[in-house]
Amino acid sequence: MSDAIVINGLCKKFDTFELDNISFSLPEGYIMGLIGPNGAGKTTTIKLMLNMLKKSAGDIKILGMDSVEDQNKIKENLGAVFDSNYFVQDWTVKQVEKSIGIFYSNWNSEQFHEMLKKYKLDPNKKVKELSRGMQMKLMLACAFSHNAKLLILDEPTSGLDPVARDELLDIISEYIQDGKRSVLFSTHITSDLDKIADYITFINNGKVFYTGQKDDFIEGFRLVRGGSNELNREMERKLLGVRKYSTGFEGLIRTEDINYFNKLNIDPVSIDDIIIYTSKGDINNE
Amino acid sequence: MKIIISNTSGIPIYEQIKEQIKSAILSGEIEENEMLPSLRQLARDLKISVLTTTRAYTELEQEGFVTNVQGKGCYVMGRGSELIREQLLRETEDNLNAAIKSARRAGIDGEELIKMLKILMEED
Repeated sequence: MSDAIVINGLCKKFDTFELDNISFSLPEGYIMGLIGPNGAGKTTTIKLMLNMLKKSAGDIKILGMDSVEDQNKIKENLGAVFDSNYFVQDWTVKQVEKSIGIFYSNWNSEQFHEMLKKYKLDPNKKVKELSRGMQMKLMLACAFSHNAKLLILDEPTSGLDPVARDELLDIISEYIQDGKRSVLFSTHITSDLDKIADYITFINNGKVFYTGQKDDFIEGFRLVRGGSNELNREMERKLLGVRKYSTGFEGLIRTEDINYFNKLNIDPVSIDDIIIYTSKGDINNE
Repeated sequence: MKIIISNTSGIPIYEQIKEQIKSAILSGEIEENEMLPSLRQLARDLKISVLTTTRAYTELEQEGFVTNVQGKGCYVMGRGSELIREQLLRETEDNLNAAIKSARRAGIDGEELIKMLKILMEED
């Protein structure tokens, strides 16, 4: 099985922020969620992948091609969707096709109009008259009309209502049905990811905290709760993050450390729990 | 065949899928050589990850309930399959053990219990 994305030791230095040694890979035919709190480096990573920023060090291979040297070839085979659309607001949907289509040698106009019909997009409407959900569908229609092998979506669900989010998830699952096409999407709305992502890369503070299968990620942690006096020093060292309150505490632990917390209340975690507890300042990394 | 998943049951999703397919096979609802929905179709239908459906199918294959034909799909093995028979035997044993336990508590002796079993089987 080949990989749609391979990133190795990617670094990018800014004055106030640094993306440090990011490495992950996504096998062909699967969906990866890039998650992390705001300012963690998700969008920077995506921009580096699309060669919209210059990397300081490292290696990015997309569909087996180098992100800098082969960038034009990559873009022919890649669809990108951002949280705000990149079309001129006064263009009509029809004009969008004219302006975007010329950049792709394999643009399929028939496919585009089929997508418009499917998504109920009126070709004569202006971009600014479309709802957010519709604008997103327009970006997707463009991506699908040049037969993109890889779809990269930056915060695609932010600002969408639950109905539009659900539709997007369905569009994405349909997209990977043939097992050849892959999707990377960044989000902080993890309830979406809980459902369909196969892999997860969790970035925090410019570093990769976890990359791998989603189920292993969720299984790797537990939420422990107990009274304030039940927490001893040994336990405290095993907590990855904790919230203490007057009548007790709640903290995140690794599943392998479960024996240290024998008599306490232990629950499975959600992706949100992991993000919240590992992003709140100090992490006990032992 | 019905496959539904619950997000609140606390049972892992792959396990839920596995159990439902298993019971459909054991009850004869899906028959030998019948094809299961494709991994990606099932993932899409249930709005879950492809890796989750893959894990369910892989474990079903390891337990001898289905067989995966590369590039074609996942087929139900015959109920005569050794492994499935083993599974059914164990299930029968477990249930009989439960019946024996209840009988002891109620003070029913072995002879009476066998009589009950015979009557129930005739009714069936």
